[in-house]
Amino acid sequence: MNNYSLSVSGLTKVFGRRLIFRGIDLEITGPGIYGISGINGSGKSTFVKIIAGLLTPSKGAVEHKLNGKKAEDEELPGIIGLASPYLMLYDEFTAEENIDFFSKVRGGKFSSERMRNLFDYFGLTERKDDLLKTYSSGMKQRVKFIFALQHQPSLLILDEPVSNLDIAGKNQIYDMVRDYACEHVVIVASNEESDLALCSRVIYLGDYKNNGNGEGR
Amino acid sequence: MKQAIALFRKDLSSEIRTRYAINSLLMFIIVTISVILYAIGQEKISDYLTGGLLWVIVFFTAMSGLSRTFVSEEERGTVMALQLSATPETVLSGKFMFNLVLMFSMNIIILVLYSLLFEAFVLKNLSLFLAAYLLGNIGIASASTVIAAIISKAGSKGTLYPVLAFPILLPLMLTLIETTKMSMDGTPFDESLVELAVLGSYNVVMIAASYLLFDIIWKD
Repeated sequence: MNNYSLSVSGLTKVFGRRLIFRGIDLEITGPGIYGISGINGSGKSTFVKIIAGLLTPSKGAVEHKLNGKKAEDEELPGIIGLASPYLMLYDEFTAEENIDFFSKVRGGKFSSERMRNLFDYFGLTERKDDLLKTYSSGMKQRVKFIFALQHQPSLLILDEPVSNLDIAGKNQIYDMVRDYACEHVVIVASNEESDLALCSRVIYLGDYKNNGNGEGR
Repeated sequence: MKQAIALFRKDLSSEIRTRYAINSLLMFIIVTISVILYAIGQEKISDYLTGGLLWVIVFFTAMSGLSRTFVSEEERGTVMALQLSATPETVLSGKFMFNLVLMFSMNIIILVLYSLLFEAFVLKNLSLFLAAYLLGNIGIASASTVIAAIISKAGSKGTLYPVLAFPILLPLMLTLIETTKMSMDGTPFDESLVELAVLGSYNVVMIAASYLLFDIIWKD
């Protein structure tokens, strides 16, 4: 296990003239589940995209550290795993081909045993050789979890993790998140009460429209 | 490099399964050559004009096909998964390799069809032409790849691509047309070194600029 920490300072995002959030500070120094909440359009997805390095902030900085050393941009694919409903995988490939491709393109060590275990855990082993376009939305969501977890990221980001999932699927994800957070950092962006109940700390983005501090409500 | 090859293999496999670019490119080549043949009819056109027309076909074929590597990722929404998994250098290298293979495959077909159908297209110095053809393909593929990455973020992708590519590819196309003319004249290889050096330099500048700029283009 890597000694991972995340530092967010003065994070501000503006789209055109519209302020999404301003002045978010956040320090995560150890394993656990951290929540990001807010009404629709409050910028939850924008926030997690900035954390994941997919968007650049208008102001402020995000720093990922491994064993006390700042991680460079090219190291981020190995550090971060993200699953969300807006993440799309390749429909013309099977689920296994998708995971295999993303592992290869990410580099690092690839464990076929871990991939098998994840397909088993999410109940997709029998369908792993089917093209992704034949999957239901709930099944696609599970493949996205495998995509996010295959490389055992130090930071797992889950945006609306239980959307498209049935009750059994939701409970399975909650178990997985609790288990994974024992040794890693998990950030959950959601409005669902049951998702936020997992979190030891929640940031409400609505409180960052001005200069407020919405932490730990 | 292994990661870039993995991306190249994915793109190749995806192309074979979806025929996203190949079918339309083949149709484009056949239609364009047919239109030129009909337009010429029984007229006798100059040898040099056939050399110029060859590069017109190559340019528009590149414009209609090479943007798809990035545009298809953007349209299908898979770009985010790629951004999360691969470094910008890996993405650019993988896409460049794919465009290079696509460009060479299409241009071999164009050259064969062109040589068969246009009697006036006679190359007296084949080695010079092939050297220019090789360097030209690399140049078009490298410029087109980075322009494709830029236009994939824009709204009007189809029209923007040739508009943006034309001024960037113009010095390359002019040199290629000139070298083709020299090949048709039978100019010796050692008298054409300046033109070949221009083509080589263009490739070096374009590839270096692509790697420098791609990090900025790829994010946001």
